[in-house]
Amino acid sequence: MSDLHGQGGRAGAAPLAPGIETVGPDAPQFQVAAAHPRGMERRVALLFIVGLLGFAGFGAAYWQNSTNYFLGLSLGVGFLGLGAGMVAWGKYLMPRGPFSESRHPLGPSVEEKEKFVEDFASRGKVALQRRGFLVKLLSLASAVFGIVAAFPLLRSLGPLPKKLFYTTAWRRGSYLTTAYGRRVHVDDIDVGGVLTVFPGDDIGGALSQTLLIRVGQPGENVVTEPSRANWGPDGYLAFSKVCTHAGCPVGLYQRLTQQLLCPCHQSLFDIGPGRPAVPVFGPAPRPLPQLPLRVDSRGYLRARAGYDEPVGPGFWERGGTT
Amino acid sequence: MIDAVYGWLDDRLNISGSGRKLVNKIFPDHWSFMLGEIALYSFVILLATGVFLSLYFIPSSKQIVYTGSYVPLRGLHVSEAYASTIALSFNVRAGLLMRQMHHWSANIFLGAIVVHMCRVFFTSGFRRPRELNWIIGVNLLILAIFNGFLGYSLPDDLISGTGIRISFSILESIPFVGSYLATFLFGGQFPGSAIIPRFFIIHVLILPAIIAGLLGAHLALIVRNKHTQFRGRGATEKNVVGAPLWPTFFAKTNGFLFLVAAVTAILGAAVQINPIWLYGPYVPYHVSYAVQPDWYMGWLDGALRIMPSWEIHLPGHMVPNAFFPAILLPGVTFTLLMAWPFVEQRITGDRLEHHLLERPRDRPHHTALGAATLSFYFVLFGASATDVLANYLSVSLNFVLWFFRIAIFVVPLVIYPMTLKICRELQHTPGGGKTKRHNIVLRSPEGGYSTVVSQARPGDEPPVLEPVPLDGPELVGAMATGADRRSSGPLGAAATGQGGGVAGASRARGVFRIPRSYR
Repeated sequence: MSDLHGQGGRAGAAPLAPGIETVGPDAPQFQVAAAHPRGMERRVALLFIVGLLGFAGFGAAYWQNSTNYFLGLSLGVGFLGLGAGMVAWGKYLMPRGPFSESRHPLGPSVEEKEKFVEDFASRGKVALQRRGFLVKLLSLASAVFGIVAAFPLLRSLGPLPKKLFYTTAWRRGSYLTTAYGRRVHVDDIDVGGVLTVFPGDDIGGALSQTLLIRVGQPGENVVTEPSRANWGPDGYLAFSKVCTHAGCPVGLYQRLTQQLLCPCHQSLFDIGPGRPAVPVFGPAPRPLPQLPLRVDSRGYLRARAGYDEPVGPGFWERGGTT
Repeated sequence: MIDAVYGWLDDRLNISGSGRKLVNKIFPDHWSFMLGEIALYSFVILLATGVFLSLYFIPSSKQIVYTGSYVPLRGLHVSEAYASTIALSFNVRAGLLMRQMHHWSANIFLGAIVVHMCRVFFTSGFRRPRELNWIIGVNLLILAIFNGFLGYSLPDDLISGTGIRISFSILESIPFVGSYLATFLFGGQFPGSAIIPRFFIIHVLILPAIIAGLLGAHLALIVRNKHTQFRGRGATEKNVVGAPLWPTFFAKTNGFLFLVAAVTAILGAAVQINPIWLYGPYVPYHVSYAVQPDWYMGWLDGALRIMPSWEIHLPGHMVPNAFFPAILLPGVTFTLLMAWPFVEQRITGDRLEHHLLERPRDRPHHTALGAATLSFYFVLFGASATDVLANYLSVSLNFVLWFFRIAIFVVPLVIYPMTLKICRELQHTPGGGKTKRHNIVLRSPEGGYSTVVSQARPGDEPPVLEPVPLDGPELVGAMATGADRRSSGPLGAAATGQGGGVAGASRARGVFRIPRSYR
């Protein structure tokens, strides 16, 4: 018995054969793992004191409305002391084991299974088969409930997509307007300049956002492709700013290469004469739609028409190859 | 008092019957079993900090003019969600700490889940009877990713707003139902006005409730199936070897909860995360450089980036580009993950119960497959930083993109045989990674090499103890004596005096009579 009071009873402990029931409290498995329990106890106590001081510090920091730094560090030290102390207590000052428990079969015994099948299946069979008509009626009623329940659950959430994806606020005659509500005049932008514009009635609109780029001199009609002969008056071009890949704003215009870059997934679009914003790099699958422009008699830039295709990323009903 | 309450409850609930089983439940000891605990405790921290945040956050996309205490933003049009997030960061005491802890904790949560899943995969812990728990785990991962993304989106800052825009485009890309799903969820065409309040209620109520339920099932199945264990220390297929729940595991695991909280608090204090006041409010036509999501979304963002610009055009319909990387890829990923235990049973023909874990090297092809698959997602993750890498390394974006487009196929093909080779080498290395003793490489006269383990020195190997069946009273007696030399309480005295704890325990007057050393 004396080594119980010694160094955790570790000395001379021969491995015990499994399953032998003579293992008593003096067996090494029941001793603590620490060689010097008193010393470990002091260390755990120290950790708890550190934790206590940490929490007290948090209280003080909170009271003094201190910075995030002191609040978080004091709280962290509190948790650290408490946690480390508890782990050390469990690891070194409790019986080190190992202990075992046995596993039991997970599945049922044959008898259990048979009894359950009998109770459940045969009882149910009798109950249901006798009232076949009621079963059918109940199923029908439940199915109808399921269908009508889906309506308020789903349908009320939002409108049907219908035309939402096909149209923007741009229409024939819309003034090109800045985010601050100012109409854009033909003299406003120098060659190489860009500006985000909106139709006057949808300023800041996520779908109607359009990038106005001046690529040519006054008087120069920029033709991106033959079918768009008069869409780029006085060196101006306008493209939808909504990326055809994932809908991010195609916000970076590289003046030297005359390219638009989408910062989200790095699709690159060629802009300029004969370059109708065709993607040349990255995942974007389609060109950015172009907004036809004209300069009115007072020199304001206006849309000749709305976009002739849906702006932004694709969707199932979109169809077509443009 | 405790005795009285215990007795009252016991008469009605029979705590003693089920309780004894529970306190004696054995938890095997291995560092890798703590990975799941990190995930569990991060969830606890997320709930605690999240409740705090929900008291101050206003889930509204209503535009207001910012007039708060953060001067650079004054006069800007921001949403109430954004303004309230700034306010709870700067004007609520400890608000910034709670917010940063919440965000860090989400990242740790996801990280722990993924690493825990890798542990289970590589040690083959998903085999019968644990297939069901594997599936629950995969679903927890999916839900955690979703909820992380939702929470990240709530402050309505420029970067997260761009993320919401992308998520709308991804929803929109689903064949047949995409445009309907998108307008229903957002309450209209992007941006709609419903998305912040809807994301909020999904983030704070619906998904956490489902996660908590599945987490309960995950833990209940561990109790039902009992824990897996590694070989050694007398572990067999028929037993569980380790420490009992009470008090050893209880002390360790609760200590561990506090340690996870400590790391989270220190990160929240010292490492800034998601400083939305620097990003600015979300404006649909503004965009920022280096738009990266939180790390667990990186693989999807990378896939979006390196996907070639393909779309499928059908008469009157189309399958948009984003569908392939953002819907198909995760769909296939999670389906394969869930199906894996059954696929493997098909391949190996092994449908037996397994409670002993394998060392990864002992199943080289399984390990190689796992490593190759993992490397695939690592490459995708790297690809989410194409712009940053191109900038940092001063190479063209074109080069970086094509590097990743090729690496996504090459890297897994290289990793597979490499892992296979390493596993097989390790198999032939006696005790490699098992003991702290040196391996000595010998060269034979013929030029061949072989490895032997060096001679043991005193103290190299602690005596290996056989596991003993747990018996309550003996443990009590031992703890009162061996654990503490000063022990002189009734239990301790009885135990030492009579050479066995059984008598000691039964002598104690109340059930909850606790040895003095424990008080």
